[in-house]
Order: sequence, then structure tokens, then C-alpha cells
Amino acid sequence: MNDRIKHLRQATVETKPSLSIERALIETEFYKENYGKYPIPILRALNFMEICKKKTIFIGDRELIVGERGPRPKAVPTFPELTCHSVEDLNVLNTRELQPYSISQEDIETYAKEVIPYWEGRTQRERIFNHVPEAWKEAYESGVFTEFMEQRAPGHTSMDGKMYETGLLDFKKRIHDEISKLDFLEDPEATDKQEELKAMSISCDAAILFAERHADLAEDMAHERLSVLGDDVSHDNPDYIRAQELLKIAEVCRWVPANAPRNFWEAIQMYWFVHLGTITELNGWDAMNPGHFDQHLSPFFEKDKAEGFLTDDDAKELLSCFWIKVNNHTAPPKVGITAKESGTYNDFTNINIGGVKADGTDGVSDLSYIFLKVIEELHILQPGSSLHISSVSPDKFLNEGVKVIRNGYGYPSIFNPDTYVQELMRQGKSLKDAREGGCSGCIEVGAFGKEAYILTGYLNVPKVFEICLNNGLDPVSGLKLGLETGKAEDFKSYDDLYEAFLKQVNYFVDMKVRVSNYIDRMFAKYAPAPFLSVYIDDCISKGKDYYNSGARYNTNYIQCTGLGTITDSLSSIKKHVFEDKKFSMSQLMTAINRNFEGDEFMRQYILNKTSFFGNDDDYADDIAVGVFNDLYKAIDGKPNTRGEVFHMNMLSTTCHVYFGKIMGATPNGRKAGVAISDGTSPSQGADTKGPSSVIKSMGKLDQVKTGGTLLNQRFLPSLLKKEEDVNKLCSLIRTYFGLGGHHIQFNIVDTETLYKAQDNPEEFRDLLVRVAGYSDYFNDMNIDLQSDIIARTENEKL
Amino acid sequence: MTRIFDIKRYSIHDGPGIRITIFFKGCPLNCIWCHNPEGISSEPQRLYKEQKCIVCGACVSVCKRKALSMVQKEGSMFVDCDYSLCNVCGECEDICPSLATEICGKDMSDDQILKEIEKESIFFKSSEGKGEEGGVTFCGGEPLMHYKDLLRLLKKCGDLSYHRTVDTTLFSSKEIVKEVADNCDLFLVDLKHMDGDLHKKYTGVSNDQILENIRFISDYECDFYIRIPFIKGVNSDKENITKSANFLSSLKTKPIRVELLPYHDIGKTKHERFASTYNKEGYLLEVPSEEELFSAKEIFKSYGLNVV
Repeated sequence: MNDRIKHLRQATVETKPSLSIERALIETEFYKENYGKYPIPILRALNFMEICKKKTIFIGDRELIVGERGPRPKAVPTFPELTCHSVEDLNVLNTRELQPYSISQEDIETYAKEVIPYWEGRTQRERIFNHVPEAWKEAYESGVFTEFMEQRAPGHTSMDGKMYETGLLDFKKRIHDEISKLDFLEDPEATDKQEELKAMSISCDAAILFAERHADLAEDMAHERLSVLGDDVSHDNPDYIRAQELLKIAEVCRWVPANAPRNFWEAIQMYWFVHLGTITELNGWDAMNPGHFDQHLSPFFEKDKAEGFLTDDDAKELLSCFWIKVNNHTAPPKVGITAKESGTYNDFTNINIGGVKADGTDGVSDLSYIFLKVIEELHILQPGSSLHISSVSPDKFLNEGVKVIRNGYGYPSIFNPDTYVQELMRQGKSLKDAREGGCSGCIEVGAFGKEAYILTGYLNVPKVFEICLNNGLDPVSGLKLGLETGKAEDFKSYDDLYEAFLKQVNYFVDMKVRVSNYIDRMFAKYAPAPFLSVYIDDCISKGKDYYNSGARYNTNYIQCTGLGTITDSLSSIKKHVFEDKKFSMSQLMTAINRNFEGDEFMRQYILNKTSFFGNDDDYADDIAVGVFNDLYKAIDGKPNTRGEVFHMNMLSTTCHVYFGKIMGATPNGRKAGVAISDGTSPSQGADTKGPSSVIKSMGKLDQVKTGGTLLNQRFLPSLLKKEEDVNKLCSLIRTYFGLGGHHIQFNIVDTETLYKAQDNPEEFRDLLVRVAGYSDYFNDMNIDLQSDIIARTENEKL
Repeated sequence: MTRIFDIKRYSIHDGPGIRITIFFKGCPLNCIWCHNPEGISSEPQRLYKEQKCIVCGACVSVCKRKALSMVQKEGSMFVDCDYSLCNVCGECEDICPSLATEICGKDMSDDQILKEIEKESIFFKSSEGKGEEGGVTFCGGEPLMHYKDLLRLLKKCGDLSYHRTVDTTLFSSKEIVKEVADNCDLFLVDLKHMDGDLHKKYTGVSNDQILENIRFISDYECDFYIRIPFIKGVNSDKENITKSANFLSSLKTKPIRVELLPYHDIGKTKHERFASTYNKEGYLLEVPSEEELFSAKEIFKSYGLNVV
């Protein structure tokens, strides 16, 4: 890491997130003045223009890649048109212990006076909440599902390679060509299309203006330095050098995004301006992704290197500057109770590295390895990164990637293009579009640059089962949320119980789909995204917005959470209640209802003598496959409002923690309030047979039916100490991908985790300790030896 | 039927590639540092993990021979076993809700064992070009002590083209070693001490037969690793290391690699789980330092051996 990157890294790590009211003030004033004067798409484009024109421009000390969404790094704007923070929200954000966002009292007062009154009754959130059925609201508030779109705009989009060949001026020309082709006699939508296209054109101008303002500022800063220095100055004077850099920045910002980039530096800055544009225009879930960034940048890298004005170190420095830019962009905070759902500063920009090219050949390049170095050196919170390992990816690349993983930063995660290309094609994408696709955000698959894939929220599958066991009643809130499918004690067989559970699943899925479709229309009508639409095929040629079926592909996802918890709960009931009659359903229900207080024998019996998902045991795995297929049947193919359908995803991010909090005890021995399992990983600690067994269990799910699954695995550093251990892990990953796995991620356990394991042994039953020839479960060891292992782990830090 | 005390999947430190390791119960040696003491006796044994016990008393109430009782020790309750009364019937294991009581040593049929191996077998073939093929490792205890079971399983695994490794002390007759050699792909051989008297002192048996068998498999051109438990104050001295290196380098076929396994004391936990008659001297052993390990490796290297 050179001095510049050290300096920038330190700054981004040390800067505390704050809230900026600048965007809200500009926007509120603009809306007050202009709402009603223009068609909505044009209003939104002019609003974007207004922000680009008026927002504070920031160029930080020693930066090479420039641009901030807020007035300064980590200053997060608000988006009152979507959801308006109350004074109470702002106070909470300012003072809460975890993930605070600082804001001055003066700004809070200004917000209360200028912003809040105007937006009352006009936000997307109110539009949605004022119209949703009461039953939906109750289920939502009780944690049966979440709804992404009530606080942020639909997002989760990744870019393809267009912007590296096409400047905004080129796009403008295309847009105007489309306008001139509109047929106002035959096409009833011609007027709507014209408005949308005009809005796109205005957005192009806005982004160019935004870049120009950076060029102006950079020039001013350069000239200021030069004028202080006078004429007679040495060329190694730091101020002189910085002035030259600023002039170079100005040159770059005058060229992109108006024109297609000519070199590596411009290509990175190009992406960054587009990224900033999309996250300034609206607050999309969960940020924006550059997609296959190494593949897009590689031709520039090769050309610049061949021409002799870029070295590997230069490339690494520019990429590091970009990485730090992403890290400067803290996620906008939520309002109200949803803050509980995912308390994180992280927005989910996910850099895809490697993978396949459109023609199916290997996408790994020399630049991919430089990406790995950047990740290893910087190890900052954002952006996330992922290795894309297909059967044609070289072993060396996987091996180098695993060596980054073993540092224990939690990334990169690893994806399997051979599976996700099939997933995309099953949904109807062309082979080329599928291969150019990848994973954005957490694990979601998408056709990069061509798809609006809207994640609508998490479905708490174990909660649905809890409601089923209570005949439609939620025992936590006391509300009647589900259908009356019968009392748990009255089910004559496991099959009867399972059938009732599926009825509840279908009931809640339909409830969610209905509201998601309503919300989709609200975004299409009130919050179009003309700037984003410029970059997503085929919005321009269709003359339609990203949110209004302009994209080539238009998907909605429901993300199912808790496959492990539901499987283990069903397995427990099937085995102990119906088959072995070890205890009766009413005994089990009594135990669950009192959170196993006084029922430790039963709880331990369930925890230790039940077949759980993740152990390569068909008893539990068959149940998991059944649930998986039935969730798929309930969700996949339900029509959305954009001419396509809903699909199933299986992930949870951090939501399984929230979902666990609002649930009572479950039949798998999990106590009330404890996190449920995440997307598709086994329940915490339930997989006691090691990683190969987990992989076998996961391989039994037909993952091609999803838009992504998630598998987290815990490893102690001692399992990755030697070069040959790394190779063996590579084999393990390859085998999983051969079985059709979509994603795997390794958390290299640190000492902190081991301390947690001492305190909560049952969540960590999978934690295997291996020391040369000896292995044992961490929780089976006595306290002294556990301490010894903790000390060893500390020493083994790689 | 084969008496097994454990099966471990994703076993990555017992031979090449990703393996499954089958632990045979029973060993003719009684090494004072043994970290798998449950593998020493050939008989099934009751294991008790106190920290897992919820002191529910279920095992005490089902024990027909009244071997189990609840007792108080330093203020906390635990289940005590009078081993003279216990006939290892397994009732306590069945009723125990928390896996605190387990019967170590289960008789498994070949089909049961092969079914477990088959589950892991998808990981054996290395998709990494340079990676090594995994397979099955038979270890113990001492697998050669149960050579009839071992040979049967080795042949069946051979029919399925699994790579077969036998982790052994080679404390057995030459005839048995030869027959095993004819049916396995790799030996992992423990070399504990070069001095006959000290070997007997620490392991209970002489090393004559062991050294002879090492020479035999070398002459017979078998593939083998040598694994040395590297224990301070027992075999880590320069003299023994030099002798070991000298011996190994004099062999016709050299070991593919020599693995030095530094002694660690984690195995102590296991002794507490059943009233182990384990040599108390084992508790006094010390973990060797990095420097000692390094200089020992240097000695092996100087004899042209591939040491890891």
C-alpha cells in the first residue's frame, strides 16, 4: 500500500457516518415549486438535475477518483420522497449506540421546519401504507415478512459493459432518435414514451453537469496551488505534483461520463459517476454494482500497459482509490421499527471477479489478480467482492482467492457461474445475457445491465410454521394472522400437519405478492428512475422506465429465510411425535409455549437426537428438499405487474436475527428470540459432520430453481494453515459447485467467535478443532482446553 | 463386523486429498502421550462428558446394574460410574438427552462402513489439476490388530477404486504387513523412538518388529509416510532425531514424506471422559517449541528426506 492509499484508507476508516440534509432541502424546495407542472418522469429528471446543479462538490486531499453522493465522505443524504425521517428518528440515529449517524441539532430543526411538513402524506411509504390491507400490515408488523420497497426504491442492479463504449452524449443521441421515431398516430403509449425519453435526456445532461462541476473545482484547486507556488517551482514539490494531479482529474471529468472512456483511469471514473448518479437519483436497494468490473476494465488495463503509461502498481492505486470511494458511501438509515431489521452501515456493492465471458470462455485476467491484491491490502467494509469460479476458471485463481479468504475478513464470497447461468436461462434469459450476468448485493443473480430484478422482502418461513402450529394465531403478538388450519394437537399424521403448513405458506405468499404488485405500480407512477433507465437495456428502445417494464427482463423475488430451522423443526416433530412417540404434540406445544422452561430434558433430546439438515442424512435432507420445492411452487410463476413473474431466492442477510427475535421457541429446540437459520445454511451449530456433509446436503437442493441460495461455513484457521490445506478447500469448493451449488462463503473463526462459542455452546456445535491428528468439537472440550484453543487461534492468525 | 470408535469426514490431515478416516478400536501399544485413548481398549467403553451433562439423572434410573450414581464434587453434581459393575449395555446412552454419555466402540457391518465411505467419495477425485486424490484412511487404535476386518474392507474399497491408506504402528507380524501392503496404496507409519528400551518404556512394546516392518515395506517398495509424534523429553533430542533420520535415509525406498507432529496436550480432555488407566506421566509432557521443531526438521532435511 503506498502513502496515498494509506492516507485515504485511514480517512475512510476513521470518518464517522453523518446525515446530510442537503439533498432533502434541494429536493423539497424543487418539489414545492414544481410539483404538478411537469409529467412525473420529467419532474424526477429535473429534480435530479437540480441536485447535480446545487449539491456541494467534494474533492478530497490526495484523491484520484472523485465524487461523493453527500457533501463530504460518509455524509448520507435522505430521500424524503420515499420515506421521511421524523425528528424522533433523527434524534435516535444521532444518539443510538450501534451504528449512529451524527446530525446537528440545527439541521434537525431545519429538517423539522423545511422538509418534514411538505412531505407529510406525500411519501412513497405513506402511499403504500395507506393502501395496504390490514391483514398485510399485521403480518408485516409481526415479522412474517419484510417489505424492501417501503423505505428504499427497487434497486439491486448491476451494470454491464455498455458505459465503457458509450458516453452520455452517445446515449442522448440514441434517445433523440427514439423520440423522432415515435408514432403518435398508431402507438397509444407514444406520449408516455416521449415523456420518459425526454426525462432520460435531461438526466444525461444532469450527470454531465455533475462531472463538469468536479472538473471546475479540480481546476480551481490546481490553479490556487500553482499561484501560491509562483513560476519558479521544482517539479517534485508536493503542491506542484498535487496541482498536476488535479489538472488530470479535471481532464478526466471533462471527458467522462459525456464520452466513452479512453483509458483505465477514465474507465474507473466513468463507472463511479454512473454509480453516483443512480444513488443520487433514488435510494435503491442495496446500492449499485459495477458487475464484472475486472472484465470491463481489462481491455483498458492491457492497452494502457502496452502503451507504457500504466504499471500494475498504478492500476492497483487507482482501484484502491475506487474501493475507498465505495467505502465512503454508508447505507442510508432506515426509519421507524425497520431499523431493527438490518442495523448495518453496509450497502451491498459486490464486485464480481473472474467468471465467464459472453462466449463461455474464462473471464479471469491479470487484472483479476490485482483486484485480489487490492482486497487483501485494503480489507475495508465496502465494497463486497466475490470470486466467480466456473469449470473453466483456472485453479490458480481459486487458490489465490482462498488465500485472501483465509485472512478472515469474511470475503470474497464464491459463486458458481455454471449454476447461475442455468438459473438465469431457466427464467428465460438468453445464453449471452445469462453469461454476462452475475451476482449483486448479497447472492442475487441478475442479467447485468439488462434486468430490473426487484427484491421484495424476506419471508420468515419458520414464523409461518409457528402460526400454523397455533391454528393461525401468532403466539408472540397474539394476533390472528393466518388461516385456521387446525390445532397442532389434532393433526392425525405428519402429512396432515405438513399440508396445513403449505396452506399457510401459500396464504402469506399470495398476501405478499398482492402488495408487492401494488408497490411496483407506485414506483412506476411516482418514482421513475430515468437516469438508471439510460443504462439498462432496453429502456431507451422501449421508451419505458426501469420501474415500468423498460428493462429487457423484469423479475420479482421473494427471499425465503430459515430453511434450516423449518427443516429441523419438521424433522423433530416427524421423528419424536409421530414416529417414535417419544412425546406427544401437546407435550411439545406446552414446552414450546413456555420456552422449554423446565423442559431441558426434552430440549436436549431434540437438539441431540434429531436428524438435522446439513449432515448428509437423507431423513432431514429429504424434508429440506420437500420444503424447498414447495416454497418454489408457492412463489415461482406468480405474475408481477411488469409482464413477468415472481421467483424464489433463499437468503437473509442479517434478517434471520430480527426474525428470530420476534419468534417464540421452535420444535427444533431453538429458544425464543434466538436467531433462526439464515438463507439455506444449516441451523447454527446443527451441522456436526463437517463441511463435506453440509455440501452434500446442500447439493440435494435443485438450486437452479432459485435466483440464489446462500451457504455460510465456519472454519478455524488451523484448517487452512498449509498450502495443501488451501488446495483441499479448493477441491471442496469445486465439488460443491459440481453438485450445483450457487454460493459458498467461509468465515474464518476468530478468537472473539470462540469466546461466543464458550458462552452459547449450542449455537456452535459444528465448531471442530483440529490439531495435527487430533480433532474434537470445541464444545466437548473443558474450559481450560477451550482457552488453550483460543490462545492457539490467536497465534495462528495468518 | 468391525469395531469402530469414530468416523471422520473431510479428514484433511491423514493422507493425500480429502479423506474419510475410519477409527478401529483397540491398540497393542499404550503410549503415554496417546491423544485417542478411547482407541486403546478393544472393548466398548462408556464415555462421559461432564460439561455436556444436564444432571437429569435419566441414566442413573435406567442403569439395571446400579453402576451409575449421582455424586457431588466441589459443589456440582455429576454422574459417577462404578466400572466394575458396568457391562456397557448402552441403556444410558439411549436415554441421555445431551450426548454426555456415549458408548465408544460400535460394531459396524462392512455395508454400513462402505455406505459412509460412499457418502464422502464424491470429494475423493480432485478437480484441482495439481491436487492429490483423496480416499479412505483406516486408523485407530491399531488397524493391523484387526487385520481380518481390515483386509476385508481394504479389498472391498479396492474393488470400488478408492485410494486406501492405512495409518499404523506396524506392530504386527510380517505376514500380516505383507498382506495389508498388497491391498493398500499408502501407509502412514508411526515412528516413535529408535531406542528399544525407551520405546518399551513409553509405549509398552519393543520397537524391533516395528523397525523390521518399516524396512520390509520399504524393500517391498510400498508408498509410505513416516509420522513422528514429536515430544519434548521423549524423542525430541538430537540423538534420537539423528538416529531416526539415519535409519530412514538408509532405507531402499524412502518415505514419501516425514511428518513431524508436535505433541499437544488437547488429548487430556479425552482421558477425563472415562476413568482412564492412562499413564499419569502423560500429564507431565511438554509441548515442544518452534525452534526445537525447526532444528529437528533441519536434521531430516540434511539426510535428504522430505520433511513437513
